[in-house]
Amino acid sequence: MSTATPSPKAAKWDYAPAPESFRPEINADHGLYIDGKFVPAKSGRTMNVINPATEEHLTRVAEAGKSDVDKAYKAARKALRGWSRMKAGERGKLLFRVARKLQERAREFSVLETLNNGKPIKESRDADIPESAKHFFYHAGWCDKLRYAVAGGHEPGPVGVCGQIIPWNFPLMMAAWKLAPALACGNTCVLKPAETTPLTALRLAELFRDCDFPPGVVNIVTGGPEAGKAIAQHEGFDKIAFTGSTEVGRGIVKGCAGRPVRLTMELGGKGAQLIFADAAIDQAVESAVLGIFYNQGQVCCAGSRLLVEESIADIFQAKLLHRMASLRMGDPMDKNTDIGAINSAAQLKRIAGYVKIARNEGAVVHECGVGEIPKKGFWCKPTALGGVQPAHVVAREEIFGPVVCLMTFRTVDEAVARANDTPFGLSAGIWTEKSAKMFDVARRLRAGVVWCNGFNLFDAASPFGGMKESGFGREGGRQGLLEYLAH
Amino acid sequence: MTESRLTVLKTHKLFIKGAFPRGESGRTHPLHDKDGGVLAQLCTASRKDLREAVEAAKAAQPSWAAATPYLRGQIVYRLAEMIEGRADELAAALRETTGASAKNARAEVDAAIDRTICFAGWADKMGSVLGNQNSVAAPYWNFTAPESVGVLGIIAPEEAPLLGFVSIWLPALCAGNAVIVLASESLPLPALLMAESMPSSDVPAGVFNLLTGFRDELLKPFASHREIDGVVAAVNNAQATVLREQGADNFKRVRILDDRHDWSSATCDGPDAFGGVVEYKTTWHPQSSE
Repeated sequence: MSTATPSPKAAKWDYAPAPESFRPEINADHGLYIDGKFVPAKSGRTMNVINPATEEHLTRVAEAGKSDVDKAYKAARKALRGWSRMKAGERGKLLFRVARKLQERAREFSVLETLNNGKPIKESRDADIPESAKHFFYHAGWCDKLRYAVAGGHEPGPVGVCGQIIPWNFPLMMAAWKLAPALACGNTCVLKPAETTPLTALRLAELFRDCDFPPGVVNIVTGGPEAGKAIAQHEGFDKIAFTGSTEVGRGIVKGCAGRPVRLTMELGGKGAQLIFADAAIDQAVESAVLGIFYNQGQVCCAGSRLLVEESIADIFQAKLLHRMASLRMGDPMDKNTDIGAINSAAQLKRIAGYVKIARNEGAVVHECGVGEIPKKGFWCKPTALGGVQPAHVVAREEIFGPVVCLMTFRTVDEAVARANDTPFGLSAGIWTEKSAKMFDVARRLRAGVVWCNGFNLFDAASPFGGMKESGFGREGGRQGLLEYLAH
Repeated sequence: MTESRLTVLKTHKLFIKGAFPRGESGRTHPLHDKDGGVLAQLCTASRKDLREAVEAAKAAQPSWAAATPYLRGQIVYRLAEMIEGRADELAAALRETTGASAKNARAEVDAAIDRTICFAGWADKMGSVLGNQNSVAAPYWNFTAPESVGVLGIIAPEEAPLLGFVSIWLPALCAGNAVIVLASESLPLPALLMAESMPSSDVPAGVFNLLTGFRDELLKPFASHREIDGVVAAVNNAQATVLREQGADNFKRVRILDDRHDWSSATCDGPDAFGGVVEYKTTWHPQSSE
């Protein structure tokens, strides 16, 4: 049990602060978006929303209860007939409007996302918001082509009313992943953003309203576990799409077991990145860093297990720690920041708990990064755990934070066996210059997404989703559409 | 009676490499309105103008094909935004030259804009619909994906001068080809107005080129030009024979659409529209850790 900090004192990074100056206006209160209008919760209850990087109060949002959710489902049911029978091309044009509006207001959404989530502005600006717009643009184009998405050439119909529950790690992007395909296929939606990150979804609701969407087609209800439960246990939905933890997902699947409803589950992961001795090592290090520290590691498909071929393990670890030592941590609104804030105190506690377990199990804990940790807010240094054994808790459970386990392998078979030795099956990465080996290993990995010589690549046109206990169903691409079509 | 102002008479020019040159030959011919009156003058494209256009298309095509399908889709969507803004002008052009009623002219403009939107959406989906993985009986990862043919000559339909016009080249453009379009001989005005929207929609210079002139004169040069990789043409049987015969020299892909093709049909929105404008590439990749 020891804490090692990487050596290079020479790596001194003097950057002037480069803060993003734009501040969007945020109303003091936000209602629930139901049937085309913003309304308070029936109980009158509200929740405070804070900036996790400063713990400053941002705004209040309505806290939905059972009767609010019921109202939202009724509005969605009422809107279904008109929406699903609207001429497909016209439905598409409405979605194209959303894509364009998001592109036009990208800066406002980026800043809002970073204020509410804690992620670095460069990530919300370069990934979350443009990818969200792309999701709407891509799915807008499917509306009048659905018959070509299914085998058989008939015109498929929508599933119906969809309840959608999304997590806090990519608040707007997850909303886009859920809403865009559902709406393109003619479904209507009741979406619940995560308790801590409702702001961009609520602004998206304004955008739907301003783009002249018929009332009730999209309903956005904010709230906590009570609202989530109400959405998943209501009698009035035809489908639930859930992204979140495997535990909560399991509860939803059990709850729906006796009902003829459709489910999409995007759950946890414990992604492995396999680094073979013949890999381009510097690029592999960069990919490993991106794979686990992107979004502070709060990514379900994060590459949280680095499996390195034994012959290069030492050099790889040295290079990795050297690179980690230059990760800039601090103000998420600074354009140079690599590592922002953890989204909540609860999540930070959870991550710290896992690091403590790692120490107790005998791992070597390397905490890296540069920059003063701000006095307020929720912060966790980028952390690498050396000497981790496959049976250790931190090698098996999802940490959902900037913590990576370093492990080794000797043969291809061992690499594949170790990568697959988890109940999860969401993502995996392979680094090798031998492409025949790459595709052989890709074939043998039980993961819904396999990245070759890269990691964390996403595209609206590329299906994403897990195998095994990482859930079922896909989002994005042609296969993602099938989840929202009755065919 | 008030003294009326003299209108400025326009000579519509060709559209090659993002610019509007007069024809190389200096020839012009009149554009008639529906009653046979002269509306304007048109440049008469020659064989040399076609060659210039092919050169421009050939230079522009590789980077257009290499652009992401998402970007191509966004550019085509932008084109729809531009022509939506000129809808009144396009409808007037249809009324003046075809004699269509205000209602029918407007309907054709709307259909043309909607078709443009439809193909903006196709750019990043054609691979998912037209391509596939092949389950070969060997340890190979084998997949077939559509890609562009290259430089395509397009003979636009004589009738349906707006809807037929856009419908015949949109699939080619979305698939990453560069095109040289010969506008309807008698009704080229909507096409010329569309060409004017091209530079402001970010379509790169050379990717879309438009010629006006005489079909009888230009058909053979289109068919025989060695740097044109394929032709999509709404022509009669005799003209189709010319295209196939002359095109055989460099094995042009020749796609003939009936000159009475129903451009309002939903099949024009579907994947069949990519016939003749895509090639299929199959890649074999070994899977082995030996």
